[in-house]
Order: sequence, then structure tokens, then C-alpha cells
Amino acid sequence: MTEFFEFARTYLPVLLEGTALTLQMWAWCILGGTVFGLLLALGRVYGNRPIYALSTGYVELFRGTPMLVQVLFVYFGLPEIGILLSPIAAASIALAMNTAAYQAEYFRGAIQSIETGQVEAARALGMTQIQVISNIILPQALRMVIPQWSNEPILLLKYSSIAFVIGVPELMARAQMIGYSTFRFFDAFLLAALIYLILTTALAQGLDRLERKVRVPTMQIQR
Amino acid sequence: MSLLRVEDVHKSYDDLMVLRGITFQMDRGEIKVIIGPSGTGKSTLLRCVNGLAYPEKGRIWIDGEEVTDPKTNINHIRSKVGFVFQSFNLFAHLTALDNVAIGPVKVKGMKKSEARLLAMEELRRVGLEDKADAYPAELSGGQQQRVSIARALAMNPKLILFDEPTSALDPELMGEVLKVMMDLAKEGMTMLVVSHEIGFARAVADEILFLDEGKIIEKGHPSELLTNPANKRTKEFLHQIIELYGEEREKV
Repeated sequence: MTEFFEFARTYLPVLLEGTALTLQMWAWCILGGTVFGLLLALGRVYGNRPIYALSTGYVELFRGTPMLVQVLFVYFGLPEIGILLSPIAAASIALAMNTAAYQAEYFRGAIQSIETGQVEAARALGMTQIQVISNIILPQALRMVIPQWSNEPILLLKYSSIAFVIGVPELMARAQMIGYSTFRFFDAFLLAALIYLILTTALAQGLDRLERKVRVPTMQIQR
Repeated sequence: MSLLRVEDVHKSYDDLMVLRGITFQMDRGEIKVIIGPSGTGKSTLLRCVNGLAYPEKGRIWIDGEEVTDPKTNINHIRSKVGFVFQSFNLFAHLTALDNVAIGPVKVKGMKKSEARLLAMEELRRVGLEDKADAYPAELSGGQQQRVSIARALAMNPKLILFDEPTSALDPELMGEVLKVMMDLAKEGMTMLVVSHEIGFARAVADEILFLDEGKIIEKGHPSELLTNPANKRTKEFLHQIIELYGEEREKV
């Protein structure tokens, strides 16, 4: 046990550097993925035929292919058509595009669960379609979606470890490097796993607090 | 010039012809009550009036603007026409006060502080100023419907359409909503009401329209139409609803 703590004290700084990179990628993915996912959902619900087809096709494509393939494709495949990306950028973009597809489905479900009566009432007041979406539908849908949506930030934090296959020196990659140089894979991966666990637990708590903070009495009632 | 003019309106859903040529007019301050069997197009007619449904034939004017003209800014017309729904349709994420204030803010561009004062005033008018901070789920059906009436009033409408405003309510909650409607009637509000509340119709309606199978079969002042209907179907229908809803609820 003391050996493990000794090991941790030596290599934690290296792992934490990797953790910083992990969190950086994660933040970009969540930001990009949420914005893009919301646009995809709006496209699927309100879009005309071509927009609906495009957004639906996108969602199917990214849910239907392995994340590993997507990451490798963006990093190794895109340069062939002249798009050269750094490993970090490639991993962030691939992961963001992947999470956007899943988030779009969560958002779509929430948007479609808002009663049409409220939409009619808003239209009857004289609101435009865009006003109805931004003032009536999204404030409710976004509140409602938090419990399901919360999966994505948590999954993404863990899935970001996939970036190590294209050489991003994030948490997982560092753990492996330490393993190779010390031949103490058990300790190295255990330490990495603990860091992931601490992060996801904190994240889950934060999301839970967010959910409670924005909750209004009405939303708890399922009609 | 009449405030509302409905001329030969036809509307069908798929193959089902719901309205088959409806024509009537309303002047400012007038109150008309539409009665008739279910599925006979009463709600559809109201929805056509504020453009929530679009008739395939016929024309509708409100305050000189043609609702049925595709070039008309329908949102502008809607801002002048209140609509009270059977199922209230309050915005679930907003307090009673914000439900009432959101129309003036978003549609009329009123300042938030000003709109909230106005909203408070309208809530007082329907007797709910103490519920300003409550969310719809925390209100009874009767209270929700009164908030939805306040929401319509806050837009300072020229006309309010009521689509069976008490049908979704328990009998003991109908009175409070009918009382608010009676008060509005006394204040001179122009109201087009779909309702089977015969007591309300008798007390305040200037005219009752009896709709059946998409047509106005009979119309007249409540004193004639209710006591001495000319048409056989009107007679049968009145007989039915009195059996169904009991005698009149005029205690309000």
C-alpha cells in the first residue's frame, strides 16, 4: 500500500498534466456537441424536407459507426482531402461530432414532449415561430432533458481516452507511458481509473445540482 | 363597420367537411355564444377566426384586416384577439405573473417592469393577485383558466374567443371562471364564446348561434332561442344539454 502511495506521489503530476488535456478536450466537445446537437434536433423537428433528411442522416451515420473509426477517420482520413488537424483538434472534433448525434436525439425527444396546446397558446398571443421556440419550447425542453442529457458529459469524459490512439498525451496515454517505463501497469492504470472516477462523480453531482436548480414545480408532473 | 365579419367559411380536415359555409358578424361590445353538438365545428370556427386554422373557402375580417388574406401579418391580428382554451394551455415553466406578462413583452415589446405591473393588474382583475408567483401545476383548474383569461386580457384585445372554457373543469370550479367572464361581459368586452353553459348564455349573450353539421342552423336572442327554438334539432339539442348539464347554473 505504501508503495502505491509512493508511486502516486511520483507520477501524479504527470497524470494530472494529462488530466488537464482530457478536461480541455472534454470542454470543447461538450460545448461544440451541445450547440451542434441542439441545431440537429431543431432541424429534425422543424426543418423542411432537405434539412430534416440531412440532420437525420447525420444522426444515423454517427450513431451507427464506431467512435474509434470516427476518430481515426478524422485524423488519418481527412488529410487525404487536404484537411490536416493536430491530434488534439482531430480527437475533439470527432468526439464532438459523435456526442452531437446522441444529444440531438435527447433534445428532439424533449422538444416533442412539450404539449402542442402551449405552442398554440403562444401562437395565439401573436408570437412568431422563432419566439415560440426560444421562449416556450426550449426553456422547458432544456430543463426536461437534463437527466438524460447528463449521460453525455459523463460518457464523453471517459470516451475521451480514445484520443490516445492518435497520440494525444491525455490521461490515458500518460498512464500507459508510465506503465511502459516503470512496468507497473497495475498501479498506473489504477491511478488513472481513480482520477476518472473522481471526475465523473464530481460531474454527476454538479449535473444533479444543476437539475435541481432549474427545476420548476410544473416540470415534475408528467401528464 | 363590424369588428368581426365571417363570410361563407368552409373548412375540412382531409375528407371531413367540418364547416360548410358560416356567415355572421359581430359589433364591438357584442357577446355571442355558439352552441351545438360535439364535432360540429365550433372549435374549428374559433380557430379559423384567429388563424390557427385556415379555411379553404370564405373570408374573415377582424377590425378591418382580412385574416384569410395570406399577405396579412397574422401575428399582428392575433395580438388583438384573445384566445381562451378548453385546456388552459398555460406555459408550464412560467409563474402565473410571467404567463400573463410574456405576451406584452415578446409581442408588443413592452418593458419587463411595465409588463409585470400590467400583469399584476390583470391577475387582480381575475382575483388571483395572491397567486402571482405560483406555477401552473400549483393551481387548480379554475385558477389556471382565470390566469389564461388574464393572459388574454393583458394584450388588451379587441375580441376574446373562448373555446369551451369550463368544459375541462370540475363543476365546483366552473363558477369562478364564469363569474370572471360575466364581469368581462359587464365591462363591455367583445366575446365569442363556445359553451354549453346555458345560464351564462341567457345572462349575457346578445345572440346565440346554434351550429350543427358545420352550419348555423338557427340564431337568435337567448330569450327566444332558448325558450322557443324554431328548429327541431335546436329543440332536441337544448333538451339534451339541459338533461346533461342540469338546469341552468345561474347562481354565478
